[in-house]
Amino acid sequence: MTPPREPSPALEIERLSVSFETPRGEVRALRDVTFDIEAGEVFGVAGESGSGKSTLAYAIMRDLAPNARVVGGAIRCAGDDLLGLAPDALRSIRGRRIAMVYQDPQSALNPSMRVGQQIAEVLEIHALASRSGAAARALELLALVHIPDPPAVARAYPHQLSGGMQQRVVIAMALAGNPGLLIMDEPTTGLDVTTQARILELVADLRHNIGAAILYISHDLAVIAQVSDRVGILYAGELVEVASVARLFHHPAHPYTRGLLEALPDIDLARGFRPIRGRLPDLTRIPEGCVFAPRCDFVEDACTRGQPAMATAVQGHAARCLRWEMVMAMPPAPQGRRIAQRSRETASTVASVQNLTKHYDEPSALARWLGLARPPVHAVDDVTFDVRGGEVLALVGESGCGKTTLGRVLVRLLPLTAGAASVRRRESGAEITSDAEFRRVVRIVFQNPDSSLNPTKRIAAILDRPLAIHGVSRPARRARVRELLEAVRLDPSYLDRLPRALSGGEKQRVAIARAFATGPELVVLDEPLSALDVSSQASIVDLLMELRVRLDASYVFISHDLSLVRHVADRIGVMYLGKLVELGTVDEIFSPPYHPYTRALLSSIPVPDPSAPATTVRLEGAVPSARRPPSGCRFHTRCPSKLGRICEEVEPPLQRADGTRWLACHIPLEDLRREPPVRPGNA
Amino acid sequence: MTTLAAVARADAPLVIGALILGCVLVLTVLAPLVTPYGVAEQSILDRLQRPGAKHLLGTDQYGRDLLTRTLFGGRTALLLGLGAVALGLLLGVPIGLASGYAGGRTDEVVMRVVDAFLSFPALLMALMIVTALGASTAHALLAIGVANAPGIARIVRSQTLAVKHEEFVLAARAQGDSQAYVMFGEILPNLLPPIVIEATIRIGFAILAGASLSFLGLGVQPPTADWGLMIREARQHIFLSPWPLLCPGAALALTIVGFNLFGDGVRDRLAGRA
Repeated sequence: MTPPREPSPALEIERLSVSFETPRGEVRALRDVTFDIEAGEVFGVAGESGSGKSTLAYAIMRDLAPNARVVGGAIRCAGDDLLGLAPDALRSIRGRRIAMVYQDPQSALNPSMRVGQQIAEVLEIHALASRSGAAARALELLALVHIPDPPAVARAYPHQLSGGMQQRVVIAMALAGNPGLLIMDEPTTGLDVTTQARILELVADLRHNIGAAILYISHDLAVIAQVSDRVGILYAGELVEVASVARLFHHPAHPYTRGLLEALPDIDLARGFRPIRGRLPDLTRIPEGCVFAPRCDFVEDACTRGQPAMATAVQGHAARCLRWEMVMAMPPAPQGRRIAQRSRETASTVASVQNLTKHYDEPSALARWLGLARPPVHAVDDVTFDVRGGEVLALVGESGCGKTTLGRVLVRLLPLTAGAASVRRRESGAEITSDAEFRRVVRIVFQNPDSSLNPTKRIAAILDRPLAIHGVSRPARRARVRELLEAVRLDPSYLDRLPRALSGGEKQRVAIARAFATGPELVVLDEPLSALDVSSQASIVDLLMELRVRLDASYVFISHDLSLVRHVADRIGVMYLGKLVELGTVDEIFSPPYHPYTRALLSSIPVPDPSAPATTVRLEGAVPSARRPPSGCRFHTRCPSKLGRICEEVEPPLQRADGTRWLACHIPLEDLRREPPVRPGNA
Repeated sequence: MTTLAAVARADAPLVIGALILGCVLVLTVLAPLVTPYGVAEQSILDRLQRPGAKHLLGTDQYGRDLLTRTLFGGRTALLLGLGAVALGLLLGVPIGLASGYAGGRTDEVVMRVVDAFLSFPALLMALMIVTALGASTAHALLAIGVANAPGIARIVRSQTLAVKHEEFVLAARAQGDSQAYVMFGEILPNLLPPIVIEATIRIGFAILAGASLSFLGLGVQPPTADWGLMIREARQHIFLSPWPLLCPGAALALTIVGFNLFGDGVRDRLAGRA
């Protein structure tokens, strides 16, 4: 028995600085980071890409890249100095006293080893259990992370489990050594919102059950708000603010924290939605003074003269800002103008989609004849909707619901299997028949700006190409390319750059300029913001909405982010497993009667408000395989309000519910109407 | 300083390979300036001389200066190697690109044919072609080029598969670019690094294959200077003088090592950058 004394925090980081040696010079990825985490506490670290949050995690694990160097500071785990440990001692600490959960569970698990065995291995390596004891303990751990039927899962290989299940297994493995510190690096980033909601619940649960300190790293402030007790905000390698979760989200003291919160679309439309100007400084040349000064709205002369010290606002709430009192005193930004316009019922139809069906991987005649045919992937099944002139129609749903496929079929990048999709000219109403006209009038912007620009081509050439294809003369093209660049607010000096010299947001601007080069009337936007940092999302939204008004184009806005969709869309279509289950105006979708899936989706969205109520509707299990979609209503396997046989046997048709809302559900409308709104106060 | 040393160490193959190839290139191109003798100049009195002041590397059985012959032989070797690989690229790149981009059944059929060609050893295939067409330098080049094409096609195809699903390819298709433009204008520029790596490594082997054909009498014909041919002719006099055999042999080995080191270096460099 150790004598009672002041216990050391589970993790103590003191003035930690980490640098990377690169051919460009020393990248000072972390500078002077100080914080600690008590046992049983969840400390959330939020930051955008390049903030150093992963470097922090790897520094604690002592698993930095070979070109990284800890320049100064200390990392102590329950009082023991980690930086001074020999490799042997380190091995006994990793997985035992400190465990880490990575972003991608698929690569964290060994694909050729059964799940139970992998967990047992951790126990055996650290001599925590005998062989038979380890197997039994593995089952206990699986139960601890709320895995139904642990014996069955223990016998499974990782690929047989869904992403959410895999992440639970990874968490179980991390818990095997009963660690005092658990580091979670973006553990829900690759998961769907409904799955994410369950993992976040699990994290909250674990905090009560295991008493470990948890360092939770995420780029998503809403997730941080839900899981954390205290939060640290990282910017360009500096911890700019540390506070309790309630203080940080309700009374931010650092301009960057404030900017981040305002850069998030608010699902309740209660506050502003605006970008942070400028971009992250080059970490090889840190500016003198406050690192955020060049982007700060509160900047004054003193800010550029030296690095501000951490100022304590109240006990436990500190910010690295000279003007924190001003920042805190400033009233919250006013409610953002609702960007979207009301949908025009009377507006002409620009695109109509009739019973559209897209199946992938259709078995060949030979396979069918040999009896080897596998059913095709039912990516989109029997979907019907119209896009009206000048409207923003959002398609929302989780990964695998078919929204991306639908978008690609709509722009004729993929052939359809059955049904029809046609696009009409806005002015004449004539249906487009020629391929050249179609390619000019219907455009698409992709999700990932890193891959949607050819890395070998300069910006000028990328923007020139669509104009050249559609017969614009060379001198006219040169002028138009400059005009386009200006329209997306990029300097003409970008013309000669290669895509890799641009930030993610800038690349997406170029991709948008390319799509708008030919004066389109219908643009499919496939998750145009999801690969971007929070601070640049709002500016891209502003740009898109401005261009829409200028060109009077219609958008099909594909997204998984309902908060964002509420800001930009006129109408919303909700998809589940290839089916359109609900379609209506934004206000209709956000108020009852909901389709049960819409309800689950709405209640799963994490909001950047720690006092927000927890998820109310939980979806069990994983999305079924699109090769063998469930009979009847496709949602019946997971529906919390399933009626019975009818849901399993009869497919509910999409029918008019009220107003302009269409809904596909067997539950009587009156019953659906009686349900309370998911987000009260703005229904 | 440490970084500079580290970079130099990491790039050692590249640097050494480039040095070797640079020397080979300069000496062969400037061959007429380097030696006072003509390539076919015979001197019956100076047959099979050892290296000395008059003939730096000695002479062959006709009294021709070995240094001169070796340098001029390098010209043939380089032309043959570069030409054959260029021909292989000309054939293999479009085949691999089109096959990979088309995908599906077309890809399946093209790749099975390519596999059939690959199942022959390259030299055997070259032998068959030369036997059918007759022995000459041009035919040797053609044969080695054709023998290289299937391997190149395979590499290009696999790289095409990796690139063709990138969003910029979709974007090109969505804006109405033609299939040919998508393949050659959008995809091909992204394949250049792996193609350059593959080509550099293949040049060494093509030179070796050319020398082998000449050695068998199926490639370069006398009196043209060529390393394979020189080795073939020197074989009979090996016990009288090893120099006519050693000189072209060493030159051949050095050149191939140069190309391989350079190719490896280029690969590490480009792979590290990606």
